[in-house]
Amino acid sequence: MCTYRTTVLDVRGSGKGAQGWFPVTRATVYLDHPVHAPYEHALNVDLLNPDLGAGARVALELDPASARALAESILSALAAAPAGLVAAELHEEP
Amino acid sequence: MGDAMWAGTVSLAGHGGDAIEAYLARPLDPGSYGAVVVIHHMPGYDEATKEITRKLGAHGYLAVCPNLYSREAPGASPDDAAATARALGGVPDQRLVGDVAGAVEYLRSLEGANGKVATIGHCSGGRQSFLAACSLALDAAVDCYGAFVVSPPPADSPLRIGPILHLASDLSCPLLGLFGADDKYPSPAEVRELEAALSEHRKVFEFHTYEGAGHAFFAVDRPAYRPEAARDGWDAIWSFFARHLAA
Repeated sequence: MCTYRTTVLDVRGSGKGAQGWFPVTRATVYLDHPVHAPYEHALNVDLLNPDLGAGARVALELDPASARALAESILSALAAAPAGLVAAELHEEP
Repeated sequence: MGDAMWAGTVSLAGHGGDAIEAYLARPLDPGSYGAVVVIHHMPGYDEATKEITRKLGAHGYLAVCPNLYSREAPGASPDDAAATARALGGVPDQRLVGDVAGAVEYLRSLEGANGKVATIGHCSGGRQSFLAACSLALDAAVDCYGAFVVSPPPADSPLRIGPILHLASDLSCPLLGLFGADDKYPSPAEVRELEAALSEHRKVFEFHTYEGAGHAFFAVDRPAYRPEAARDGWDAIWSFFARHLAA
């Protein structure tokens, strides 16, 4: 089914897309039909910069277990960082 | 009738007179043809939808699929355009109706058009096919598992659309609905609710719900493909169009 559930959030950073590196400003996260991955549903992440056009996009289509493992790895990497190293960034207002 | 066909990109005037990209497939032999507007699904103006458009052309219809994301993402690849449109909340209903109206006018203007026009859409396009048929004077409409006709989208969906069951009284033409019994968007209960509303308003409709099939059972490039349901569904479509799009 199409789940249509989509989270949209503002982000800061850079991504590498078809045209090379660009600043990413927005992310969408949704569990829905993938375009390329051979699964009925995938956890899809788009990292976007709407100001640069639709082609400014880094796309991921992960099977849900992989997506969960990736999310947990991201959180544990942030949690394991030495005190003071990322705390300022984590608490800084975008 | 020969089987030669032309297919390719054209431009047509959509909502507000905007020039939008579209994909046309049409028989080449001189003749009198019914016409179909193909409304693409949420993943966009993609290869699969162009294939459906060509299939209609090969079966003797003038078929055109407007790129509903022409404005958000001109020239972008279909998946990038769909990602952009999703982040922006999808296609507004009023603009959809305007784009389909433009596609209908375009088809009626083509040489060989017999004046009869239908819409067909899958998934979000199924809802939009029903919406168009309730908003424009059409000759037939096909809704393939269109969600959010009866119920609103999930609260955390960015889609800026709502249910349109209240439009059932305005349906301008016969409606063919093709659904999967295992689908949740729309669920069989929602399909029954739509049936009840159409019956109440004495509308002409024909619904098929296929056991063992879920959402997107027509999609040959997805694991959801169910050959038996899809084959029967296509037969229902050809029979429906033969009845309602003949001159």
